[in-house]
Amino acid sequence: MSYGTNGNRFAIQTFSLSRKFGDLVAVDGIDLSIKEGELFSLLGPNGAGKTTAIKMLCCLLRPSSGTATVMGRDIHEDPMAVKQIIDVSPQETAIAEYLNAWENLSLIGGIRGLAKEEVKKRSEELLEMVGLAKRAKEQVRKFSGGMKRRLSIAMALVSDPQVLFLDEPTLGLDPQSRRGIWEHIAELKGKKTIVLTTHYLEEADALADRIAIIDEGKIVALGTPQELKDSISDMQVMVVKAKNLPPDVIEGLKEIYPEVKTTDDGIEIGAKELSFYEIVDYLRPRGVAIQSTSLKQPTLDDVFLHLTGKELRE
Amino acid sequence: MKFAELAIRNFKEMLRDPMHMGLEIGIPAGFLAIFWALGRSMGGESFFTTTMLVPGIAVFGFAFLLMFSAMTLSRDRESALLSRLLTAPLKPRDFILSYSLPYIPMVVLQIAVCFGIGALLGLEMPGNAGLAFLVLLVMGICSVELGMILGLLFNVNQASAVGSVIITLVALLGGIWIDIEAIGGVFYGIGNALPFAHAIDAARYAMIGAGFSSIATDFYWVLGYTVVFFALGTFLFRWRMVE
Repeated sequence: MSYGTNGNRFAIQTFSLSRKFGDLVAVDGIDLSIKEGELFSLLGPNGAGKTTAIKMLCCLLRPSSGTATVMGRDIHEDPMAVKQIIDVSPQETAIAEYLNAWENLSLIGGIRGLAKEEVKKRSEELLEMVGLAKRAKEQVRKFSGGMKRRLSIAMALVSDPQVLFLDEPTLGLDPQSRRGIWEHIAELKGKKTIVLTTHYLEEADALADRIAIIDEGKIVALGTPQELKDSISDMQVMVVKAKNLPPDVIEGLKEIYPEVKTTDDGIEIGAKELSFYEIVDYLRPRGVAIQSTSLKQPTLDDVFLHLTGKELRE
Repeated sequence: MKFAELAIRNFKEMLRDPMHMGLEIGIPAGFLAIFWALGRSMGGESFFTTTMLVPGIAVFGFAFLLMFSAMTLSRDRESALLSRLLTAPLKPRDFILSYSLPYIPMVVLQIAVCFGIGALLGLEMPGNAGLAFLVLLVMGICSVELGMILGLLFNVNQASAVGSVIITLVALLGGIWIDIEAIGGVFYGIGNALPFAHAIDAARYAMIGAGFSSIATDFYWVLGYTVVFFALGTFLFRWRMVE
């Protein structure tokens, strides 16, 4: 086990961890140190390399180069020891459809070597925690998407792992179900080391102690949500709600301002110095009907745009 | 035994899938009755007597079991359930056993259905029923192990397609209702190289009274394939565990 400069123990350390698929570099030499008990988020768009990184840390993918340790065990040299102390809730709802919720938990507890009594006790607690206690005896193929996700997370917790990997735990869920799962994850904060991958910036912002922004396999920024936002604190963001915004006007703005992002009802313009009059004088003669303008605090989406030139949802 | 939990899960999933169960039992039972009726209609000695049909239809049923076992494993791979299971501290041998063992009761059930319906249709068995059962049991396990290989190599649709090709191969070249020796040439060569015809021949001879020494070559041929398929499946699981 390694220690940080302030005495914190590192649960996970990666050393130039890389993975290629043919010519495609999915993960490109990432170096991370995740503290024990930390909820650490890998935030990035689809295809950024988040799941590939998780799969390597779970010993499901062999790194092309570099390595990593999980609680001091090397993923390359001692994968069985790593598997003893981790569990994962994969991106897809990886559950046995013809089993009921109770049996799914028993399956995972059993293959991880837990005694029957312990599995029973843990399952009761977890089913209660994720709100499925009353549906425990139903075959899970009848469950909604949100219920399956909640069960998937419970399955990852049944063995009480030291390190928990949650790969896009709320992918494709409605906002209400997503918030429900956030509450369950928030309950685990500080109790175990959690690595959460997501492309929902609100999720990382709400849950993570620290965030690594990953793009094209590389870590482009690392810090607490506030640190990341502060890193562009000298940036002003103007929200312009407007009608009739033709593409050539947006392209014209992009030539003037470093960051221009389209939204459902207008645009957001980011720059170190913004002049309300300049923007209005640019838009009005081009037939744009401005409804309102306002300034806002930078978000993680703005941080991502600033660092990569791309929107997180692209 | 950690793998037992996974084996129990796979067994439960099989039992709770009505389509799976229906076809596994219905296919051998239905085919046996249909071909027996055909034989009666044709009259005289033919391949369609119960002694000839029972082992053949049992092996034909195993080909469907092969396809279903392949599809179950493929489905777990596609749903990422297998990825989740592979993060558990289990060895490749544990995985192949936990996916194969649940099918053995089904193999036994299929053999029992074939013999049971055969008996209802007038099957006479002067020979060694136990030996015939043993040959068919090994052939059933061999089919399941081949299913594991398909399940590890192909997705659900591909496994279904390749499984259908194997079912056709068994039907045409297994010697169930056609004498492949009489066909001769390359077809006989292929049929004779595969384990299916050996299993059917050995079981038929055992049923009419041949001893183990008479069918030893056929039996070891089938057993050899079973061992090779098991070893290859274990190797493929190892490969799937860390890609």
